[in-house]
Amino acid sequence: MANEVVLLGYWPSQYGMRARIAVEEKGIPYEYKEEDAWNYDRSPLLLEMNPVHKKTPVLIHNGKPICESLIVIEYIDEVWNHKSPLLPSDPYDRAQARFWADFVHRKVYGAAKRIWTTKGEEREGGKKEFIECMKLLEQQLGEKPYFGGDNLGFVDVAFVPFYSWFQVYEKFGKFNMEAECPNIIAWAKRCLKKESVAKTLPDQHKVYDLAIWIRKKLGVE
Amino acid sequence: MATNQQVKLLGFAGSPFVARAELALKLKGVQYEYIQESLTNKSDLLLKSNPVHKKVPVLLHNNQPICESLVIVEYVDETWTGHPILPSDPYHRALSRFWSRFIEDQVMPPVFKAAWNPNKQERVKGAEEAREALKILDKELKVNGKFFNGDSVGFLDIAALIIFYWVPIIQEASEFNVYSGDKYPKLGKWSQEVLNDPVVKGVLPPRDVLLSFFKARFQSIVNSK
Repeated sequence: MANEVVLLGYWPSQYGMRARIAVEEKGIPYEYKEEDAWNYDRSPLLLEMNPVHKKTPVLIHNGKPICESLIVIEYIDEVWNHKSPLLPSDPYDRAQARFWADFVHRKVYGAAKRIWTTKGEEREGGKKEFIECMKLLEQQLGEKPYFGGDNLGFVDVAFVPFYSWFQVYEKFGKFNMEAECPNIIAWAKRCLKKESVAKTLPDQHKVYDLAIWIRKKLGVE
Repeated sequence: MATNQQVKLLGFAGSPFVARAELALKLKGVQYEYIQESLTNKSDLLLKSNPVHKKVPVLLHNNQPICESLVIVEYVDETWTGHPILPSDPYHRALSRFWSRFIEDQVMPPVFKAAWNPNKQERVKGAEEAREALKILDKELKVNGKFFNGDSVGFLDIAALIIFYWVPIIQEASEFNVYSGDKYPKLGKWSQEVLNDPVVKGVLPPRDVLLSFFKARFQSIVNSK
C-alpha cells in the first residue's frame, strides 16, 4: 500500500514545526499544506480532519488524521521505526523524555506566551517563569549534545521550535537569552545544523514581525 | 527485563491522578508499596523524586522516579507484561493519547475552575467551558466495544475515570452541574462499564469520604473573602 502523508501546518507555529521536523528526520516523503491560523475560514480539509480543535498540525496518513504535535511525533516514531529513533528504547528513558516534552509543552509555552501577549506584572511573571524553565532544561541537558543523547530526540524536537521565537521573547521581555542560558543557545545552534531543523524553523525576524502584527490585532500596545 | 523488586508509589488517598497509577499497577499484577504523602508536609523523598512539580503520584522503580500520572501509566505498560494498556497499533494509540490529552487540557482545567476558583464569575465561566468540552467529547469520541478500545480496561478508560467518578462528586460538593450519565448517554454507558470493572472498583476511594473532603474545600473557598 502506498504511504500517503500530508502535513497541515502553519509556518510560525511551534507545534507545526515539531511535526515537520519529525517527518523530515525520518526522511518520509510528504506533502506540506500551509493553513493560515488567522484566516478564520479554515480549509474544508482541516475542518474534516480535526473537527475537535480545528487546529494544525494535522498529520494525515493514508487518509487518517493524527492531531496534537507530541502525539504526532510518537505516531511517526512508531510507524517509521526503521531509522532515526526519536524516543529511546528503554522504558525509563522514554518516561523521562515524555516528562520533559510535557514540561516544555505546558510550562514553557504558557510562560513564553505571557511575555509577548501581556504587559506589566503578568509579563514579568511570565518572563521569570520562562527563565526558570530554561535553567531547568539546561540542567536536564547537562553535558549531552542533545536531550536525546547523541542525536535529536523527542525533547529536542518538542523544544527547538521555540528558538525561532527567542527574539520575540527577548525584545518584549527585555532580556538576553545568551546571557541567561548560554547552553540552551549552544544546543539550539547545534540542532540548526541538522537539515530537518534548518529547513523547518523560520527566521527569527520573520517571527518577530508577525508577533508585532498579532499584538496589534489582539490590542496589546 | 522487568522485575517486581522495589516498586513504590507515592500518593495521596483520594487523588484521581494517583488512582490512575494504582490502576495500571493492579491491572499488571505488580506488587508495590504504597506510601501516603501529606499535601501540607511533603516528604523529603517526594521533593527529591519530583523536584520539578513536587506532586504525587510518583512511581519509584528500583529507586528511579517516574512522574506525571499518564507518563507513569505508559511506563507501567512498557515495563510489565500481561494486560496491555495501550492498543498495539499506532493509530489507535494516537487516538487514546489524543482523547486523554483532551481530558487533561480541555475538560479538567475548567472543571477545577468551576469547583474552586475563589471568584464566583470565574466559577460560572469554568462550568460553561467544561460543558462545551464535554459536549465535544460526547459527540466526537467513539467507543469501540465495552471499553474505549475493546474488551479490557485500557489507557483512555484509565484517563477518563476522573470524569466518571470524581467529577460527579466534585460538582455536588461545589454546587455546579456539568456532567451526568443521563445528559451524555454514550459517556454514561461507557462509564458504567469502567466503574463496574472489579480492578477499577479496587482503586476507587469511598464516595462519602471524597464528598466530605471536597465539600470542606469548597466551603473554605467560599468563606474566605
